[in-house]
Amino acid sequence: MRRRLIALVAVALFAAACTAGGGDSSGPAATVDPNANHDPMTLTVWSAFSARELKITTAVLQSIKQKYPWMTVKHVGGKDDAAIQRAINGGTPPDMAISFTPSFAARYCQTGAFQDLNKYLQADKVDKAAVWPAGMFSYTQHENVQCALPMLTDAYGLYYNVDLLSKKGFSQPPKTLSELADMAKKLTEYNADGSIKVAGFMPIFGFYSGNTVNTYGHTRAAQWYDNAGKPSLATDPNWAKMLQWQKALVDAIGYDKLQKFAAKMGGGDSEWSSSHGFETGKIAMMLDGEWRTAFIAADKSKVNYATAYPPTADDMPDLYGSGQVGGTIIGIPKGVKHPAESWLLVKYMSTDVGALTTLARGLRNVPSTNETLEKTDLASDPKFKTFIELVKNPKSTYKPLTPIGDTDEQMFGTFAEKWQAGNVPDLQAGLQQLDSQIAKQLQLG
Amino acid sequence: MATVAERPAAVPEKVRLAERRRRRRRSALRRQGIALLFMSPWIIGFSAFYVYPMAASLYFSFTRYDILSNPVWVGLSNYQFMFSSDGLFWQSVRNTLWIIAFLVPLQVAFAIGSAIVLTRVKRGLSLYRTVFFLPTMVPLVAAALGWIFLLNPAGPINRFLHLLHLPEPLWFYDPHWTKPGLLLLGMWMVGATMILFLAALLDVPSHLYEAAEIEGASPWQRFRHVTLPMISPVIFFAVVIGVISGFKYFTEAFVISQAGDQTGLDHPIGYPQDSLRFFTSHLYQQGFEAFHMGYAAALSWILFVVIMACTLVLIRGSRRWVHYQGGFR
Repeated sequence: MRRRLIALVAVALFAAACTAGGGDSSGPAATVDPNANHDPMTLTVWSAFSARELKITTAVLQSIKQKYPWMTVKHVGGKDDAAIQRAINGGTPPDMAISFTPSFAARYCQTGAFQDLNKYLQADKVDKAAVWPAGMFSYTQHENVQCALPMLTDAYGLYYNVDLLSKKGFSQPPKTLSELADMAKKLTEYNADGSIKVAGFMPIFGFYSGNTVNTYGHTRAAQWYDNAGKPSLATDPNWAKMLQWQKALVDAIGYDKLQKFAAKMGGGDSEWSSSHGFETGKIAMMLDGEWRTAFIAADKSKVNYATAYPPTADDMPDLYGSGQVGGTIIGIPKGVKHPAESWLLVKYMSTDVGALTTLARGLRNVPSTNETLEKTDLASDPKFKTFIELVKNPKSTYKPLTPIGDTDEQMFGTFAEKWQAGNVPDLQAGLQQLDSQIAKQLQLG
Repeated sequence: MATVAERPAAVPEKVRLAERRRRRRRSALRRQGIALLFMSPWIIGFSAFYVYPMAASLYFSFTRYDILSNPVWVGLSNYQFMFSSDGLFWQSVRNTLWIIAFLVPLQVAFAIGSAIVLTRVKRGLSLYRTVFFLPTMVPLVAAALGWIFLLNPAGPINRFLHLLHLPEPLWFYDPHWTKPGLLLLGMWMVGATMILFLAALLDVPSHLYEAAEIEGASPWQRFRHVTLPMISPVIFFAVVIGVISGFKYFTEAFVISQAGDQTGLDHPIGYPQDSLRFFTSHLYQQGFEAFHMGYAAALSWILFVVIMACTLVLIRGSRRWVHYQGGFR
């Protein structure tokens, strides 16, 4: 028995010894003179891009050769965050990583999995506040560790069907939540059997990516965490107000009717196809990202639409013009062999006006630096300009990052689903319980 | 003299014996060495791919570990958290027990029923067998996506229900109907078990039926007292495998709950309303999305222990109702 125990402990110690080393990237910034003579070298970049987007991004990444002829980039697509984490853990990370999951940035910063870029920024005298809008820092740094930089960004705005609104006598989109609810009810049309024919607005959580607690919470500047870092879903009354507003609108139209309408349209699947509710004229207004403009064009939808800032709470007019932002982040993984060269590439992909403009145009995303926001030709499209202005707004932000990724958002999302279905008898008690559960998840490490 | 003469003879005998023992031991060691040499590929594979990962995960279950940094020893706190603080753990347990309680008996019953029907087929047996078996060959993800289409509220099944003036559920959008939807998918994929039952049914000696018939047994009595005992080893096998698969139920639920969600935000894991949060989906979420890999390792060890316990209980219980031809156990 004793021998077995010793063997088990030995194996466990061996297992522990074989796990990832901490790695230290806290030294001074590695530097390289890009204009000096260099042997040709290849940097590997991993991202989850595929198909058309992979081609566009690869072309832009490889355009660095024009700036540094000695540098070649090999772009590997289909590599999600899990693959990047495994590579970091195994000591064979790519030279630059592109992540679609800004919610993971806190963990990357906290553990040093992505190196702190502050030292590189300081060494190159890059004034962060001057280069990027404030909202960009809400999802690229954690506790003063700038372990990622934005490549392109997304913003959520209001899309509205001009024809459907004018048919009901509306010439302007809603600016407040009251106006949104009022217009949503008036724009909703019913079939003879009482089912929904056209939805003025779909307030159902879980239906399309614009309908999340995050986008709705921003309409009231609701705070996820208090100053002490404790979950504040119950203590910030804006959450309860937001949920009550949403439930009142759901109940006014009918939860079952809305669910049937959403499901019969194909549910979440229709969001990425030409049967999208807004593109087919079945939804008059919705919150969605700037990428929808590209989808509407690609799907050859005939919807006559315009875009506006998301409506905000009636008592918070100063919030109008801002919204939820967040997008693709890039960083230098721990353990890269050529950190100085990796930095040159990261800097190029996060600050170069030409690269960002080309990439934004190709992917139809919002460019992330102040300079590109001013210079991009995408601003000439009034529908797209809305999103550029949203990104520029200093009140636009992402939800606070935590080391538990998007677990808090997922837990709140599930709670909101139960709430809208009428399965939460006491909202305040439910929010308190949710706060407690999120706090426990945070305590788990 | 004689005594003196005997002494030198006794010593070499002892030495000889010791030498023989040494040689025998050396030869045994050499044989063992050769055996080990031949076994070494398996030993290396077993150590690298079973022993090490299991030991590592056991160790991680007592640590705070996020893959990206070194594990920190926290003793039993992951296990304490699981049973005292994690509300979602109990939700995932309830969902998992539900799927085991309903899916396993239904799959077994449906597989037996289909196999019995096939034994009656006079012509085209191989065609029917292939048709019944075909769904088993479909990858799980593809099968789940196919059933998302079939059970779409505006899909073919609901259109058929509409024709019959029956209620049209929202299936995978309604927490009350998500798991029944999974039962339909599970029964559709019952081909592999059905083939086993078909083989077992064809193996039942016909003289037993003849004897029962002579004794005046009704069709139900023949099924109850001849067929069922004779195929009980296969039922036992199907139940054990079904229960183990039920505890590990993941792919179908994960694909269905995440369908259509490209941003990862509109459909949380277990969507809708945690009705599809099974034990393994909770484990996945904690390990790969919340970065609680130590806690996920603890969850996986509890799952391992529970599966082992259930399998042992089933094996012990089987002595009462499983009949092996020739009394073999």
